[in-house]
Parts: sequence; C-alpha cells; structure tokens
Amino acid sequence: MAKLILNNVSKDFGTGQPAVSRVSLDVREGGFLALLGPSGCGKTTVLRMIAGFEAPSDGAIFLGERLLADPAQSLPPERRNMAMVFQSYALWPHMSVADNVGYPLKVRGVSKEVYRRRIVEALDTVRLADLADRRPADLSGGQRQRVALARCLVTQPDVVLLDEPLANLDRHLRQEMEETFREFHIRSGATMIYVTHDQSEAMALATDIAVMSRGELLQVAPPQEIYACPEGRLVGSLIGRGAILSLAVPAAMLRKLDWGAIRALLGAAAPDGGVLADVLVRPEDVRLGGEGAAARVRSSLYEGERYSVTLDLADGQILRAFSRERPMPGDTMSVTITSAWRL
Amino acid sequence: MMIPPQVTALAWVQMSGPSSPLLKALHIAPPLGSPQPLYSVGGVALLYGVQHAPLVYLALRAGLMNVPRDGMEAARLSGASALRTFRDIVLPLALPGMIAGAAIAFVSCIGNFGIPAILGIPASIYTLSTLVFTKFAAFTDRTFGEVALLSGVIALISVAGLAVQERALGGRDYRILGQSGAAACLPVGRWRFVFLPVLAILLFFMLVAPFLALLAGALVPAYGVPLTVKTLSFHAFEEVLLRQAITRTAFANSLFLAAVTAIGLLVLSVLAGYMLTRRRDAASRMVASLIEIPYALPGIVVAVAFILVFAAPLPVFNVTLYGTIWIILVAYFASFFAVSLKPVVSAYRQLDPALEEAARLAGAGFFTRLKDILVPLVAPAAGASVILVFLIACNELTVSALLWSAGTQTLGVVIYNLDDSGGSDLASALSVLVVLMVVAMMLLLEAMAKHLPKGAVPWRS
Repeated sequence: MAKLILNNVSKDFGTGQPAVSRVSLDVREGGFLALLGPSGCGKTTVLRMIAGFEAPSDGAIFLGERLLADPAQSLPPERRNMAMVFQSYALWPHMSVADNVGYPLKVRGVSKEVYRRRIVEALDTVRLADLADRRPADLSGGQRQRVALARCLVTQPDVVLLDEPLANLDRHLRQEMEETFREFHIRSGATMIYVTHDQSEAMALATDIAVMSRGELLQVAPPQEIYACPEGRLVGSLIGRGAILSLAVPAAMLRKLDWGAIRALLGAAAPDGGVLADVLVRPEDVRLGGEGAAARVRSSLYEGERYSVTLDLADGQILRAFSRERPMPGDTMSVTITSAWRL
Repeated sequence: MMIPPQVTALAWVQMSGPSSPLLKALHIAPPLGSPQPLYSVGGVALLYGVQHAPLVYLALRAGLMNVPRDGMEAARLSGASALRTFRDIVLPLALPGMIAGAAIAFVSCIGNFGIPAILGIPASIYTLSTLVFTKFAAFTDRTFGEVALLSGVIALISVAGLAVQERALGGRDYRILGQSGAAACLPVGRWRFVFLPVLAILLFFMLVAPFLALLAGALVPAYGVPLTVKTLSFHAFEEVLLRQAITRTAFANSLFLAAVTAIGLLVLSVLAGYMLTRRRDAASRMVASLIEIPYALPGIVVAVAFILVFAAPLPVFNVTLYGTIWIILVAYFASFFAVSLKPVVSAYRQLDPALEEAARLAGAGFFTRLKDILVPLVAPAAGASVILVFLIACNELTVSALLWSAGTQTLGVVIYNLDDSGGSDLASALSVLVVLMVVAMMLLLEAMAKHLPKGAVPWRS
C-alpha cells in the first residue's frame, strides 16, 4: 500500500468543457478521502480515472512510485489491485452471493480452501453469512450493497473506491452502512476514496474531504477544518448552512473574527476605502437575545431538535440562526455573532 | 415458425387454388380452370408477411421483455392510463426491438428466393432474386455482367433499408441497470375474449391449415387427384425416404452445414458483439462497418459474389471451391452472420457496463471476463442466435440454389427442384418431413429448456 497521487489530472471528453481540469490530490496511505460536490462536478470521472476506466487527457496518477496512468499509457484496471463499490452495485446476476464475493479470489487462483474461508469471513463481516447461496436478485438494496462491499473485502486491495454507494438506500440503512464502512476502513487499513454529494455522509466518514465544483478541485482538508475554515465563497456556501455577509473587512485583520470586530463592521454602513469581503457566519455562532445588533425574523422552521431561523439584518443582509424557542416571523430581536470566518 | 419459405409457399399453394387436394377432399375447391390466386404479386406479398411474422415477433418480444415492471408502474402512478403507459413507456422501450425486427424482415424479403420462386416463376412474376436465378439458369456470355448488376441493385435497396434502421436506432442507449427487476406483465383483461379467437384463427391459417394441405398433397398419388380414403397412398414418402438417394444426401448436407455454421458463428458473434458495443476506437469502428456489409447483403447477393470470386481456382492453393460443399459453408457464414450477431449485440447493449468494470477491478483479464461474466450474461441471446441460425441454415434455399452442384444439394434445393419438375407430391412429402424435423428439434429444445438459462430458447420465457 502506498500514497495515491494525482498530479494535474485533466479529462476532456471533447465536449468543449473539460470534465475534470488540473486536479492535484495526495491521498495518504490508509486515508479515507471523500470527493464531495454537486452532481456533474466531475467527481465520478476522477474516480473512474483512478480505477482506470478512463485515461486522463493530461497529468499523471501515481500509486507510490508506480505510475498508474498518464496520457500516453494507462495500467488496465485489472492490474491495479483496486476494488470498487458501484452505485448500481454491479453484482453479477448469474452468480450466487458467495460466487459474487469470491470472484476476485477465483481470478487470482487461490486454493479451494482459502477461497471458501475468505468468503465466509467477508460475508460474516457484512453479516450476510446465511444468504451465501442466494442470487443477487433475491436480495434487498441494503443486502446487495453489503455483498458489493464484501466483494471488496475478500482481497487486500490497495485502494477501495466507492461511487455514491448509499445513494439508493433509505436513511436508516445509510447510518448502518456508514458504520459498516467505518469499520471496514479501520479493519482493512485500505486507502478509501468515496464519491458523494451528501456532505453529512462525507463529514461522518472521511478523514479528508476534497470539494469539487465544475471539474475543479476547490479545497482539500479534514472535515473539521473544511467546516470551520473554508476557502472561498463556493466552498463556504457548499459546506454547511452558513450565511455569507458582505462586510468591509480591512485586509490586515485576522480571518477569524470575534463579536467585537463584527459589531464594529456591522455598524460601518459604508466601506471606508476598504473593499467588501465575504464573511461566513455559521448559524450555531449566532446568539439570539441580549445585547446586540437588531434583526427581524423572516421565517422560522421547526426541525425537531430546534427551530431554524432566518433573520434580516438592519442593512437587509440575511443571517441564519438556531433557536430553542419559536421566534414569530416579524418579531425584532437582537443578535450576537460570536464568531465568523472571512472567506 | 421455422418452416422454410419454399415449404410455406408450397403448403399455401396446396391449400388454395382449383387443384388443392385439401379443398377437394373437403369439396370446397374452386372450379377447375379458375386461376390459382397465390400466383400473383399479392400472393407473394402475403406469404412474405406470413413467413417473416416470427422474425418480427421474436425481435419485438425481446424488446418487450426489457420493459421493467417498476417503469410501467411509475408511469401508471404518474397518471397515465394503461393505453398511455403503453404508448409512452412500453413502446419507446420496445422500439429498438421493433425497428430491428422490421429491418430484418425487410432485408429478408428483398433477398427472399423460395416464395417468389414457387409462386412467381410459374406466373412469370419475377422479383430481383428470382430474376438472378433465371439468368443463371439460361447461362450466356453476358450472364455474369447482368447478375452482377442485379445483385448490385438488391444490395443497394437492402443498404437503404438498413440505413433507415441505423438512423432510427442511432444514439439510443437503453441499457437497463444491472439490478434484476421483474419483467412486466400486461394484463389484457376483458380484451382477452377478443384477442384469443383472433389469435387462434390467425394461427390456424398460418400453421395448421397449410400443414394439413401439405400433408394432403403428399398423400395423393399424383397432382390434381382428389384425396379420398381410396386414393390415399404413402407412395411419395416411400419414394423420398427409401428410393431416392438424393434426398438422404440432402438431409446430411443440410444438417452438416447448419451445425457448423451455427457453432462457428456463435463464437464469432460473441467476440464481434463485444467489439461493436464496448470499444469505441477507430479500428473497432472499421471492423464494425466491415461486419455490417454482409448483414446488408441478402443471400442471393452473397451467392452471386461467391460465384464471381470462387468460379476460378484460388490462386495460391490451386483449389477450386466452386462446386464443393465448402463454398456453400463459407457463403452461409457470410450471409447468416447478421442473424447470429443481432441478438448478441442487443444483449451486450443492455448489459450495465459496471458489471464488466467490476470484474476488471476484481483482476479479471479480457478472456477471464469473457468466460465468467460476459458469456453467461449474453448466453440467453447467444442461445437464441444459435438456434435461429441452425434452423434457418438447415432449411436455406436462396444461397444454395445458386451454389449447389451434384452431390451438394441441400434440402431446400431438392424440394424446389422436385416441385419445379412437377413432382409436387414428392416435394410435399419431403416438406412434411422437413416440418416434422423442425418440430422435433423444437420439441427437443423445449425439453432441454428447463436446463438452459432463461430466454435461451427464443419462443419461451
């Protein structure tokens, strides 16, 4: 196992706009990277290039010292020692569950005994041991998913790729499968790359998140960092549910702003020579009540554990907050912003 | 439904007209001297339809089997009525199958020889294919030039027909995801009482009545004699089975040719089908278009081409293929490649590419994937294609009518020659045997069907 390196990788399908442009990415050994982005942002193309189903039109992909692909040559997928969970699961309908799971072993030509033992182990891990003789068609979505995962378990792949594996499952099953993935990651120690458009999934599972949009890589960072310190307006709006305020922040000021600084900036109605900057305010950093700036409640939405409140500031900018009590639309209340981040 | 066209034509002739033994036996024959209604353009067209209905049915059925039930249910819940669902969901999904079926039928009709040979030639109605045949029969210096030109015309019309099909199918990618969904079932409801009798009447006139007429024709001692208990004789069957060596040779030839063609083409189709659907580089596109060429050419054109090429000995080996059974075999390979390839290509098109990609990541090289994943998944279609090719090749007349010589007659050639030389009772008897052979093979397959993958036998689900 080794580090997976994407060096300036681009892919152009000849449609005028490149599907992936100049993506550079280091996935550390044993890391769990989530490729996060809206659909059509090129994240699946990146995954398929890593797997070897597409060749990059520019740049290179390495696994440690070994060159996997560049525009001139591409190691075929069958020789990359990777495994993948497909969105459609890609189980072979003519084979039993056990045969599906054991196929990578069969291709590698292991002995009958090892073959049988490893299948049982893999199916035990995903708790499907008693369904070994069924056909994929007789299984439910979650069970098919687990078979596909077990198929990745039987060999020791260098890299495991997951293409929106939870997209077709219900919420309850998702949580269960997330747990299975996490367990799988810890147990196997494989480098995992997980394509998803669901950020809570990405946050919960990954050790690193790579945010993509329109074929470009915007930021790579651990989940906590990407949430607290996003780079640029696009990442800031894609991750979490923050509000973005336009404030005249002096360039010399720290990027992390406290209430003192924000209060002064909110008061400054017109930018005094400075340029307007985007400032991200997370709803959990907004306190309602007490001393603070005046804001009018635009709407409040009950979400079970709390109300999600949308507020209009005095200058018309929008702010989001959470509240235990139900604020009535039209009410005026004072707000305190304990922390904000300049994008 | 696998009855060869010359047999169909013969049966319909025996079923209608003033000298039909069957109608005479039933005392409803038209008066002597009245014209045989099938010896006409309309008669030829009618029998084209009868003959090719199963081809269209098979293609259409394959298309309809791909309509997932949940897709139809989704449409019903979207507010579409049953009729509307049929129009908006079932029809578009079945369209590739329908167009493919229509195209096969069209090209097959253009090149059909058996029907116009039996119905058209006695009435001096010529189609392009029978014209080529008669030109060869009256061989002159100019024959090669004339038949080459005629074949060219047939080829052009066929290519035009196929171009329409290619256009209609172009850009449609109806691969259905790898999850095995339940096949749809259309409830016919109270319409059943309308459909069933119509279907029964159709089947009676397409299957039962012609066979009875054929049987009647075989059991009368001579053409025109009415069939009664007194005149009934098995003379014709004795003749074809025991006395005539030529009919036994023909059986052996046809079975050998059909078996080798079907198995050889199966291997080629599975490989070529993969290339056509998966690889998108320039080389495979070229191969793809090369394979399309024999598809576009009806059997008669292929036969003419093979005569023109192989009439002289092969330059290097100094072997003359012309006049041997091998030229027929090679011509069969060329002309039935299309029949063999189409179902396989359809099956490949409908495979979720992820199924193969998953096998690649599992570490399987091309031939391993072919053996473990692709072949089992296209096996039903490949099985259907083998049976189709075998049955068609076994009863083929068009190609062998031009390429046969003494000792290499096929069943089709012998039936046609017997009928042409006035031995319609012998021709009928042989036809009855052919029909029985086809039915026997179909029954054999039927018995095997439960051990075969679902859909391997084309007329079963």
